[in-house]
Amino acid sequence: MARPLRHGAARPWRSPAHGLGDWMDRHIIWFFILPAAIFLLAVVAFPVTYTVWLSFFRWSGSATAPATWVGLANYADVLALDPGFRNALWVTIYFTGVSVTIEVILGVGLAQLLNREFIGKGLARTLLLLPIAGTPVALSLVWRNMYNPSSGIFVWFADLLMLPPQRWIADANMVMPLLILFDVWQWTPLIMLITLAGLVSLPNDLYEAAQIDGASPWQVFWRITIPLVRPTIVAAAMLRLMDSLKTFDQIYVTTQGGPGIASQTLNLYIFEQAFQYLNFGYASALLVVLFFVILAGNLVLVTQRRGQT
Amino acid sequence: MSAASGRRAGRIMRRALFYLGLVLVLGVFVFPFFWMALNSFKTHDQITEYPPVFLFTPTLENVRNVFAQGQFVRYTWNSIVVSFGAVGLGMLLGLPAAYAMARYRQRGFAFGILVCRMIPGIAFLVPWFIVFRFLGLLDSYFGLIVAHLVITVPLITWIMIGFFEEVPIELEEAARIDGCSRAGVFLRIALPLVRPGLVSAGILALIFAWNSFLFPLILAGVETKTLPVLVYSFMTFDFLDLGGIYAASTLITLPVVVMVLAVQRHFIRGLTIGGVKG
Repeated sequence: MARPLRHGAARPWRSPAHGLGDWMDRHIIWFFILPAAIFLLAVVAFPVTYTVWLSFFRWSGSATAPATWVGLANYADVLALDPGFRNALWVTIYFTGVSVTIEVILGVGLAQLLNREFIGKGLARTLLLLPIAGTPVALSLVWRNMYNPSSGIFVWFADLLMLPPQRWIADANMVMPLLILFDVWQWTPLIMLITLAGLVSLPNDLYEAAQIDGASPWQVFWRITIPLVRPTIVAAAMLRLMDSLKTFDQIYVTTQGGPGIASQTLNLYIFEQAFQYLNFGYASALLVVLFFVILAGNLVLVTQRRGQT
Repeated sequence: MSAASGRRAGRIMRRALFYLGLVLVLGVFVFPFFWMALNSFKTHDQITEYPPVFLFTPTLENVRNVFAQGQFVRYTWNSIVVSFGAVGLGMLLGLPAAYAMARYRQRGFAFGILVCRMIPGIAFLVPWFIVFRFLGLLDSYFGLIVAHLVITVPLITWIMIGFFEEVPIELEEAARIDGCSRAGVFLRIALPLVRPGLVSAGILALIFAWNSFLFPLILAGVETKTLPVLVYSFMTFDFLDLGGIYAASTLITLPVVVMVLAVQRHFIRGLTIGGVKG
């Protein structure tokens, strides 16, 4: 073990306790990592573990009535009996599947459109960030009022187009497409901007070669652009999928899961079970199931990503 | 008409069509913001009027009402305390971790960040609620700040890794040779060099902490309620003054718009945690 080097005036900021200073220096990485690691354990890992533990109990959250161990009964209820869960699972898959698909197609298409030099490109990019960054509660209030059956702006558009009157978000059959439209409005720009960044970095020579060979713009798009930006698109779709399965604010503020339970996603259903009915054990079991849904959703796209590389 | 001028006319037509489409697309994405701002200058009756009014005498009554409410000012303060607290504490935790990940290749840590992003807020909320109640942290600034770290720490860490990687390693090695400790290198060399990144990461984290609704909905009480929860309760319980709701919504969104203008391109990078390397 080497003795610490002699410290001269050239090292003015070394701590006077040389031994300790050197020891710290050698293990500095732990001092960098430790705060965040403790945070991850305490605020993330512990709650997740606790949720799994809680899912084997029946508990109303009361301090006086202790939780009772019920084994896998909560899971059995979730999977076998609960129509609320089945509805929420379907609503979630419907919402995420349709909205992410539309967002990817629309986002890639619009990115292709914007991938050129034009006046105000910077401004356009900034404006496209607004739906992504805007406070979800505020945006949901606006959309909720735009969908208002008696005075909403959408009603006015529909009237201008001579469409028959509708009940809009008060209609159980219309509420999901309307929420999806809101989501598409909010998140298509994200896919656009990510794809646009991918398009900008594509090599030019391929396009020149295609032009010389007389390829049509359509052919260029499908044969060159899409294969090249596909990794970017898949990654963007995956991000969107992850976030879409977490959607809460927008649906909660716009419809509260209604009318009835027509727009109640798993997130809202769990929220209701936990904080309105105080079924903490049952809600925990639902959370574990939700986590598997999220994993499954991501695996689908991960295999997609593997398949093409 | 010659072929050349015909081609030129075609090109101009195409350009015009492109700009028309551009304005249309951008209009769709901006319209709800415009509508929100416009409605905050209308009276309640003008808002519910059908067909919708576009031309009217603007009133500042709504903004005045919102501020006269008193609650609004108090909850604005709560929002500021919670979001700045979560960003400040998030920096303390996230910066050293980001530096370690950039310099010592601690990639395993990235997994933790990814998990943070994948887990829905509601999944944290059930256990937190129980534990916070046990510890007496419900309706406290500290509890809310800790909860919002789940939003700020991953964002700050993720963005800062990129900035720390760009710091030339030669500078750090030179400092080491001059006798600077590793902690000193981090504090005196790396941190000052990434200051622009620090600002972007901070602002970005601030936006998302500011926007947060679900955590304060459950974890905050009368004392610590933040703005999004207040606006939501305007809508459901307190009173149905649409003008006030629109004015409050606009007032919440305004700082976000300003912050977006400040961060711009780092924004997308912040949103692509665990996915695209942007």
